[in-house]
Amino acid sequence: MTSSKPLTTRAALTSAVGTVAGLLVALALMVGFFSWQSQYFFTADTFVTIANDIPATAVTAVGMTFVLIIAGIDLSVGSTMALAAAVAGIAMLQWHLSLLPATLLAMGVGVVVGAINGAITVAWRLPSFIVTLGMLEMARGAAYLATDSRTQYIGGKIDWLGKPVVAGLSPAFFIAVVIVALAQVVLTRTVFGRSLVGIGTNEEAMRLAGVDPRPIKVAVFAIAGLLAGLGGVFLSSRLEAADPNAGTGAELVVIASVVIGGTSLMGGRGSVASTFFGVLVISVLEAGLAQIGASEPTKRIITGCVIIIAVVLDMLRERRKKSA
Amino acid sequence: MTSALTPAPHDTGAAPVLLQGRGIGKTYAARVLAGVDFDLRAGEVLALTGENGAGKSTLSKIVAGLVPPTHGTLALAGEPFAPASRQDAEKLGVRMVMQELSLVPTLSVAENLLLGRLPQRLGFIRGDALNEAAARQMALIGLDDIDPRLPVSALGVGYQQMVEIARSLVGECRLLILDEPTATLTTREIAHLFRQIELLKARGVAIVYISHRLDELQQVADRVMVLRDGRHIDTRPMRELTQADIVRSMVGRDVHEGLDRERRPQGPVRLRVNRMTRGTVVRDVSFALHAGEVMGLAGLVGSGRTELLRLIYGADRKDSGSLQRGEPERERELVVKSPMQAVRAGIGLVTEDRKSQGLLLPQSIRVNATLANLGAVSRRGWLRRAEEQAEVQRLRDLLRVRSDSIEQPVNQLSGGNQQKVVFARWLHRDCDILLLDEPTRGVDIGARADIYAQIDKLAAAGKALLMVSSDLRELMSQCDRIGVMSAGRLVRIFERGEWSEQLLLEAAFSAYTEAEKHAAQEQLA
Repeated sequence: MTSSKPLTTRAALTSAVGTVAGLLVALALMVGFFSWQSQYFFTADTFVTIANDIPATAVTAVGMTFVLIIAGIDLSVGSTMALAAAVAGIAMLQWHLSLLPATLLAMGVGVVVGAINGAITVAWRLPSFIVTLGMLEMARGAAYLATDSRTQYIGGKIDWLGKPVVAGLSPAFFIAVVIVALAQVVLTRTVFGRSLVGIGTNEEAMRLAGVDPRPIKVAVFAIAGLLAGLGGVFLSSRLEAADPNAGTGAELVVIASVVIGGTSLMGGRGSVASTFFGVLVISVLEAGLAQIGASEPTKRIITGCVIIIAVVLDMLRERRKKSA
Repeated sequence: MTSALTPAPHDTGAAPVLLQGRGIGKTYAARVLAGVDFDLRAGEVLALTGENGAGKSTLSKIVAGLVPPTHGTLALAGEPFAPASRQDAEKLGVRMVMQELSLVPTLSVAENLLLGRLPQRLGFIRGDALNEAAARQMALIGLDDIDPRLPVSALGVGYQQMVEIARSLVGECRLLILDEPTATLTTREIAHLFRQIELLKARGVAIVYISHRLDELQQVADRVMVLRDGRHIDTRPMRELTQADIVRSMVGRDVHEGLDRERRPQGPVRLRVNRMTRGTVVRDVSFALHAGEVMGLAGLVGSGRTELLRLIYGADRKDSGSLQRGEPERERELVVKSPMQAVRAGIGLVTEDRKSQGLLLPQSIRVNATLANLGAVSRRGWLRRAEEQAEVQRLRDLLRVRSDSIEQPVNQLSGGNQQKVVFARWLHRDCDILLLDEPTRGVDIGARADIYAQIDKLAAAGKALLMVSSDLRELMSQCDRIGVMSAGRLVRIFERGEWSEQLLLEAAFSAYTEAEKHAAQEQLA
């Protein structure tokens, strides 16, 4: 009995590492291709730029990973980013709060938005797709109201988050990495994480095993809101402004990153660590295509293809695992 | 339009054989039907009856073209009959009305009746022609009081059933299979249905009538065919039979079984169920469950057994009724409004369908086994991997789950091993009261013995077990008492030694007649 244990542990390990390994191969191929195509690509500059570009998407994608694992979806994160950033901007400009309390306030706004998403989804057993689609509009509207429909220039008060501190990397990047690591541990090592996977796999079985899925689902949407709020502040720190149009369409980039990371839209399967690599794939692709001078339309077409190819490959891999 | 029905043969004295079956057999994983011979004559009603799992539905599905037989041949009016699909059988006039209605609720009665053959012009439905054709069709079976333009969802279940029957008569119909057609009907609707059946018989349609309700058979059947364990036991004219005769053929023998086992010592009352009611599914059920005993729940499919377990467990909302812990003098009400409360109160449920309601199929044995008691393998919300692994390893060895390791996903295990994982979950939780719904369904004999041994151990440890099973022999061999449910009521509780298969079955059928009387009274009131 125990003799067979290492074997399956290895199997489990390979499957977990499999996604990340695949993503690393994809990243290496892309880096190789772009370096071959453009002499300016393979430089410290490029990678520092990418690293400082991803925190907003990365932290928001962490929340989205949780949401997808419970078989939900959150379309409102882009708008939530803008609303949270607007509130942070107003807090700093008009109420003269410093960066930390303003950021906490923005995250608080995110929690409220997410909790409303979760509560409505759970209370009336609605598809989260519809609820968060409504919230996408509402939060965007609220962002316009808060900023008076104008981009509010914040300036030096917020740019600390995005400015390089160590090796050209910004505090936002380090915060994002810590959050990714923390979320991965929560997902794999806590009762909460276990419950997410269970709810996504078979909610009724969880309920009949005596686990109430409802508070857990609300918490997941609240966390997604919280992280989108933080992502909004990161986004502002890059722009040094609170733009009511910020994060438009971000939900799609975020969902694409999570899905490229191998998290299933059907729920029950996912990893925050792989999501991080999914985010990297998209940003390396964007940066590389920009460097080799691809036009905006070409960039979008290629990005779209990559998303589909990634999901197809992942699905084939899963099927092979199942039949094995 | 063409008549829906073939002209009636008026020489009803010696009607020709319409359908002949010889040596019909069907094997899935196990053999469910073996060497069944039968003849069905035009214009007769052949009642098909037997216990749960006797092979009634398999036989009727073979005739209706839903599944092919693995052995034997059919002949329809002398011609070899081997339908490849339901559509194939329907083309030859063989139709089946299933228990689950297949109507589209949002479409009108007329549209449902003529679905697939809607009168149209340039792709547009001709509404007038549609409604006329539908009205004619319904008049054929005396259903002229329904407006064909009504959406099906506006009709009661009884009328929906009638529409379903009317639909099966669109086009040619020589042979009609009715599977439990009266299950959801009121007395008045049943009378109506029987008149329709007379009309069809007069037109020479052969009818296979599947029902649990023996009193109905006396009214409607010409001959009765009894199946048991997939074998043809007897076919005889109804007028030669009594209800007791039919039950005896279904059971096979008239013996007391499972007397070899000693009754387990009965401890104090663990759970008192008071007047539990949900709609007409579970009606006014009261009983007490004792520590150290295994109580069985017998009854036909649909008699409310599963629903009763789910009410006790808080999985469904009850209309009324309560639970109590311990003896009445201690009068402690147990509030269970959700499975969460049930589990906290020390109640566990092994669900009827482990795949859809019990297990997280793609997850490992370890994840599935600790699901109901994650608190025991965690500290402040953080899982203790080593403790969890040790615990699950222990449960796996205890229950003899056959697997590569505790990390193997449960969807790679056999049914028996999956069920053991579900048991492991509740052993890990250490419940005082365990509700078992068909605990050995789809479980091979070896694993079954392991599960019985576990049930014994739990009872010996003072747990109270309540077990639903459609296998009477299993109940008789494992249980100390057997409650029988019939039409939502707990009609009788047998003590060990009092029961026989015959008595249990009679009890299981008993309330269906009463239910009809009750329905009639309700209509009069």
